[in-house]
Amino acid sequence: MILRLRTTALAVAELALVPACAAVAAALIFGAVVAVLGVDPVQVYSMMWLGGFGTWFSWQNTLVRAAPLMLTALCFALPAQMGYAIIGGEGAFVLGGLAAAEASHIFVAAPGPVMMAEMAISGGIAGAIVVGLSGALRVWRGVNETISSLLLTYLSIAIFNQLVEGPFRDPSDLNQASTYPVPDQGLIGSIPGTSIHWGLGVGFVACLVASLVIYRTGLGFAMRVLGGNGRAARMVGISAAKLTIGVFCAGGAIAGIGGMIDVAAIDGKANNSLIAGYGYTGIFVSFIARHNPLIIIPVSVLLGGIGASGGLVQRRLGLPYASVLVLQGIIFLCVLVAETLRGRGPFGRIGQQVVLAPDPLASS
Amino acid sequence: MTGMVGGTVLLAVLSGAVRSSTPYLFVSLGECLTEKSGRTNLGQEGILVLGAMVGYAGSYETGSAWAGVLLAGFAGSALGALHALCCQLRRVNDVAVGIALILLGTGLAFLFGKPFIQPSAPMLSALSLGWWAVDPSIRAALRVNELFLVGIGVAVAMHLFFLRTRWGLIVRTVGGNAEAARALGYSVNGVRLAATTAGAFLSGMGGSFLSLFYPGSWTESLSNGQGLIAVALVIFARWQPLRCLWAALMFGGAEAIGPALQAIGLSEVYYVVAAAPYVLTLIIMAISCAPGRRAAGAPGELKIA
Repeated sequence: MILRLRTTALAVAELALVPACAAVAAALIFGAVVAVLGVDPVQVYSMMWLGGFGTWFSWQNTLVRAAPLMLTALCFALPAQMGYAIIGGEGAFVLGGLAAAEASHIFVAAPGPVMMAEMAISGGIAGAIVVGLSGALRVWRGVNETISSLLLTYLSIAIFNQLVEGPFRDPSDLNQASTYPVPDQGLIGSIPGTSIHWGLGVGFVACLVASLVIYRTGLGFAMRVLGGNGRAARMVGISAAKLTIGVFCAGGAIAGIGGMIDVAAIDGKANNSLIAGYGYTGIFVSFIARHNPLIIIPVSVLLGGIGASGGLVQRRLGLPYASVLVLQGIIFLCVLVAETLRGRGPFGRIGQQVVLAPDPLASS
Repeated sequence: MTGMVGGTVLLAVLSGAVRSSTPYLFVSLGECLTEKSGRTNLGQEGILVLGAMVGYAGSYETGSAWAGVLLAGFAGSALGALHALCCQLRRVNDVAVGIALILLGTGLAFLFGKPFIQPSAPMLSALSLGWWAVDPSIRAALRVNELFLVGIGVAVAMHLFFLRTRWGLIVRTVGGNAEAARALGYSVNGVRLAATTAGAFLSGMGGSFLSLFYPGSWTESLSNGQGLIAVALVIFARWQPLRCLWAALMFGGAEAIGPALQAIGLSEVYYVVAAAPYVLTLIIMAISCAPGRRAAGAPGELKIA
């Protein structure tokens, strides 16, 4: 019993210490970068705190940004359970938003709940097609899913631009090429007393459900077996092809619904502001969370905060918005490199005893 | 009339092939070298963008476009070395590190490139190989950039390097079977570090072409995934440098279809036609891959093939 407690304590310490090391290293490196640019790192970090988490206003901002990240991160995390790395979440998000906006235009007269359901279904289907295609290419043609999903993202953005500039364009909107606005009954409102829209709830529920499916159902078990050992999966009779395509489609659908939420809660129409890189940031949320849907929730909030603080850092300290990209890149690298610490040093002995949701994508 | 329009488009695509293939060529050669050593570097997109920025800034600061090209190469190889050093650690995934490098490379380029969006730097020059032609559009089409010629030289040299030299054999052994290489006493990590760094040097040079020749200025929207397309292109080229050359020309041509159609008035479908290289890559990969089997010619240690 005591031994078991000790092992658990060490496991928890490792779980907390490895990311902490990564965070400190990232903070130091990024501090050096801004110092080179002639800005005081301490000021940058205090500004980031203020812009991301310092006030209720910034918290609301952060949570609004965290909502789509939870969904795009799930789009990466689900296939990752089976050992696949896809970068197609951005395409699914963008086309999902477009499909949802167009659906609301087609069914202008539908009552609110019906319209929202139609928008969510259209967005989900559009996303499922984008990501499902790379699953199909993987299964049927053996095409690497990382590259195909990325190419499909570029293609999706091209299709998006083509449709928004052409057939789907609202001619009365002179500022920017946009679709027709979503009718009022199709808009997603805010949680009372806040400026946070209900999309946050959707993201939260999606992460909870995904976690239950992955860790508590036979389906999730089959996914993890497939990720751990393809041959073993075949031997116990798991249909790798169906499972792969199905999970890719599910991930794409979730990201597509993320796009739908962005359209129905933020802009009220689909335009270029949908292409904000949520799909790419989601990848990196998923990696930091080690593809665990429950951990995706706090990581999304953290990265949402970094994103939300970008504007303030830009205005007050004159650092370009790209500094957020650099910070994200550095954090991502540090987190990946810190993985190497797992199971070493003081943790070495317990590595064999406690299995902590191994990262399916980590190479041994 | 139709024939003339068709001819105009064909000529535009051919000249586009020569004009815009250089970044594809350099990045695919760089990735070919990296992958031959058994490692995948998806960070090429970030390296390309950083190379474009450093090339332009270097050319502006030193007054020499070629100094810019060299500096772009060094900036690229810094990121490449970072990739190699991270990936040689246990439990670190090279695809993930590549994605991180895309973020980092583009972020650094945008961050440090801000002051260079306005000023104009000395550009790379082109050789007019069409002096014999009467038609001015043929002459324009045959204005070949010197860096493209350097790229052809690199492709031939790399081909000979892999086939004829001891070092080339070592790289191929490390990429084909790391255990065997280790047994022969070669440092697998050392060889991969060298190959990834040298490969990223080439990719950085390819980036400088974007800012120093075509389109020819430093802006943040300079690359649209060309670095990643080039990674896919290596699979299509079956890890052979000379085939990278033909593949790069094909992709340069595909990239020129959109502007060519726009020039003759077919601008309604501009965005979709501009996506031709991505569609082409997908189709080619679907054709050249086979289910349940490794891609032909793939180094044995490569995970992405």
